[in-house]
Amino acid sequence: MSVDAKQAPAEPTPLVRMRGISVEFPGVKALQEVDFRLFPGEVHALMGENGAGKSTLIKALTGVYTPAAGVTTLDGREVSFSGPAEAQAAGISTVYQEVNLCPNLTVAENILLGREPRRFGAVDGRATRARAAELLADMGLHIDPGSVLAEHPIAVQQLVAIARAVAVDAKVLILDEPTSSLDQDEVAELFRIMRHLRDRGVAILFVSHFLEQVYEISDRMTVLRNGRLVGEHRTSELSRLDLVSLMIGRELGALAEVERLAGQAGEEASTVPVLEARGVGRKGSVAPFDLRINRGEVVGLAGLLGSGRTELARLLFGADRPDSGQVTVDGRALHLRGPRAAIAAGIAFCSEDRKGEGVVADLSIRDNLILAMQAANGWARPIPRRVKDQLVEKWIKALDIRPANPDALVGKLSGGNQQKVLLARWLVTEPKLLILDEPTRGIDIGAKTQIQKLVAELAQEGMAVVYISAELEEVVRLSHRVVVMKDRAKVAELDQNATVDDIMRLIAHVDERPEAVAA
Amino acid sequence: MTTSATPVKGKSPLALPGRRSVPGRVVPVIATFVLFVLLFGVGTARYDGFLSGQVVANLFIDNAFLIVLAVGMTFVIVTGGIDLSVGAVVALSTMVAAAGLQAGLPAPLVVLLVLAMGSTLGLLMGLVIHYFEIQPFIVTLAGMFLARGLCFVVGVESISIKDPTFRTFATAAIPLSGTVSITWSVVIALAIVAVAVWVLHRTRFGRTAYAVGGNENSAMLMGLPVARVKVGVYVISGLCSAIAGLLFSLYMLSGYGLHAVGMELDAIAAVVIGGTLLSGGAGYVLGSLLGVLVLGVIQTLISFQGTLSSWWTKIAIGTLLLLFIVMQRVFMRRQP
Ligand SMILES: Nc1ncnc2c1ncn2[C@@H]1O[C@H](COP(=O)(O)OP(=O)(O)OP(=O)(O)O)[C@@H](O)[C@H]1O
Ligand SMILES: [Mg+2]
Repeated sequence: MSVDAKQAPAEPTPLVRMRGISVEFPGVKALQEVDFRLFPGEVHALMGENGAGKSTLIKALTGVYTPAAGVTTLDGREVSFSGPAEAQAAGISTVYQEVNLCPNLTVAENILLGREPRRFGAVDGRATRARAAELLADMGLHIDPGSVLAEHPIAVQQLVAIARAVAVDAKVLILDEPTSSLDQDEVAELFRIMRHLRDRGVAILFVSHFLEQVYEISDRMTVLRNGRLVGEHRTSELSRLDLVSLMIGRELGALAEVERLAGQAGEEASTVPVLEARGVGRKGSVAPFDLRINRGEVVGLAGLLGSGRTELARLLFGADRPDSGQVTVDGRALHLRGPRAAIAAGIAFCSEDRKGEGVVADLSIRDNLILAMQAANGWARPIPRRVKDQLVEKWIKALDIRPANPDALVGKLSGGNQQKVLLARWLVTEPKLLILDEPTRGIDIGAKTQIQKLVAELAQEGMAVVYISAELEEVVRLSHRVVVMKDRAKVAELDQNATVDDIMRLIAHVDERPEAVAA
Repeated sequence: MTTSATPVKGKSPLALPGRRSVPGRVVPVIATFVLFVLLFGVGTARYDGFLSGQVVANLFIDNAFLIVLAVGMTFVIVTGGIDLSVGAVVALSTMVAAAGLQAGLPAPLVVLLVLAMGSTLGLLMGLVIHYFEIQPFIVTLAGMFLARGLCFVVGVESISIKDPTFRTFATAAIPLSGTVSITWSVVIALAIVAVAVWVLHRTRFGRTAYAVGGNENSAMLMGLPVARVKVGVYVISGLCSAIAGLLFSLYMLSGYGLHAVGMELDAIAAVVIGGTLLSGGAGYVLGSLLGVLVLGVIQTLISFQGTLSSWWTKIAIGTLLLLFIVMQRVFMRRQP
């Protein structure tokens, strides 16, 4: 009795309570008897490895999936939503993993669709755009709300999706990996909004693989492993170390161990160039730049969102056609008419937009990889089945794709595991130059270090790698050289001794041109 | 702390909340309009009397039913679906109307009956498509066979319509100016175009149709009423087919199971020529209207020419269709 009395004031009643939730897919028990509580006025982080069941729990709550067992209560009342529309009506606003918007509609429509201001029963386009502009401005985003969504980069689309979710007066706000493609400033902006909502009593569920972010924003966390509940903790009472071992289910020596395992740039790269670009540029996209990438070298591309990182990569791959300059691969001039020419020359580009240009969701992991192998090998030369199977198995293992079943449909994998399949698809083609655009986005911390290690190993074996990431530590650690981008131009090239601070300074500099440009 | 939003290639990053900057999507419609004017110009240059109010009026009179059909089809195609049953539903509507009138039912009741039948067929197909997740192509193909078959259950022979209300309605001319007149069918068709423009472009239902065509899964996750819209567009298409069937029975003054064979393809062609993407998510009702007019002008040109067989219309339509789809493709590629 006295114990209860002590705890009662600290624990208000949960707004959302899920008890004994199980979700099953054919052949997979995605969730098994998971309990979950979400209190008003808290930010609650849902943690777990790729495939642990985080997104599934969210979808079970909002009615996308129907749980095989379990009870969900909202505000003390038992609920069972038939779909997101009903959940939304009950005050649960959700941003699902991956940007889930309509690319063909305008930004304003995407934010307000279904609740646009109306006049005489008709959607008031002008008012809709004005309202959307307001909401976007609140998030520090100044884009034309009348522009078509597809014209914007992924990060902006992610912000638009968030704007849609916070636009309503929701009791519960769910954000499934909202920060995966945002840069630091945008994350800070998002956190400001989240704190504001939390202080107004909104219950926020947050998923992220960035531990820093989780520790910065969350009050409490629930950890899942392999579809089972591992525990619920106050963030302040759980060290990062303990969290990681809870997530992966093994005692890890130290987080430093994880870091140590991560790839490190090898001692030195050769000086044999794989690709040389001279004066390559494209009007309105990237100013003409020179770039040389050697065999066995990892070249990092650093810069803010919109600095031209991705655009530069797209030019090298021929996804956008350069309108000036020249590219040579292995000393031979390469006409970048399109990706096919680039692929034929041994260039691979793993794009950040895995949904738009990524995997074939309706095919199995094996078929996805074989498709890529065949395309690279030419259709006329079949690859023996045994070789195929070996390669498929090798990459599933190397990237720790789960489930490690080559026949699993890619569309049914968790977000992070789809990302790994996409990466594997390019790796099986054994390219000379591999361009990775945000390869660790949405990948859990164990797998992240694995991928970094893999990149370092591939480089040691002689592959040239262009590594693009918003996480500067990662770029610095892995790269032999770092190219700094700013305002759609290459502003500097730093050597292996560069530090994160150096890069930050270059990016932050306003007018003064840094000396390092010459390099 | 402002996000430097990436300026879109070649586009001003300026935020103009009051204005829309999507002229890109209107281009196919403009192209169709230009084509219409060009074709009309050719006719004017080659044939005396081509450039007259009545020729234009006849375009509408002879194609009123196709306009209505194309409008319904636009809704379906915008959501990424297709409705192959419309031609057969037109035939069934003429048959039911003719048989009903022959049996002595009052004209208003016959009209209601036909409209209810068309919507119900659409509703059934929509429900099957959405809830059983079967391709619209298959479901509406089945609907097409069903409706055609039902025609012959009603009657094997052509039934002529003798009902006075229908006859007056069919022949009444509404003078526009001294020499030009239109029929009630045209008025009805244009009224339907106006209503459709409003529903598709200005209501939540319409906007959701575009969302479903853009990405159905996203639309569902955004909490939009996907089921209602997906089923709804087939009801609309069924209703439009029934109305088109009534207009067609006014036009032919008969009901027959072999009426309107292949008309669904004319409707689809008109919608595509009008700039609506077959993959869904983009298109305009007015584009479809223009598409029908383009088809109509080609037909008129060939009839003015006099010696060409009417099958040349098909060849012209085929060529145009290909041209427009290629044009859309090229256009879409150039966009980022
Ligand atoms: N629609 C589906 N059909 C079959 N299996 C599925 C489906 N959705 C998810 N799964 C499986 O359920 C498990 C949990 O997936 P879930 O997407 O919830 O993971 P997650 O924790 O969100 O991971 P990530 O961090 O990668 O997003 C995975 O093994 C996945 O393969
Ligand atoms: Mg997930």
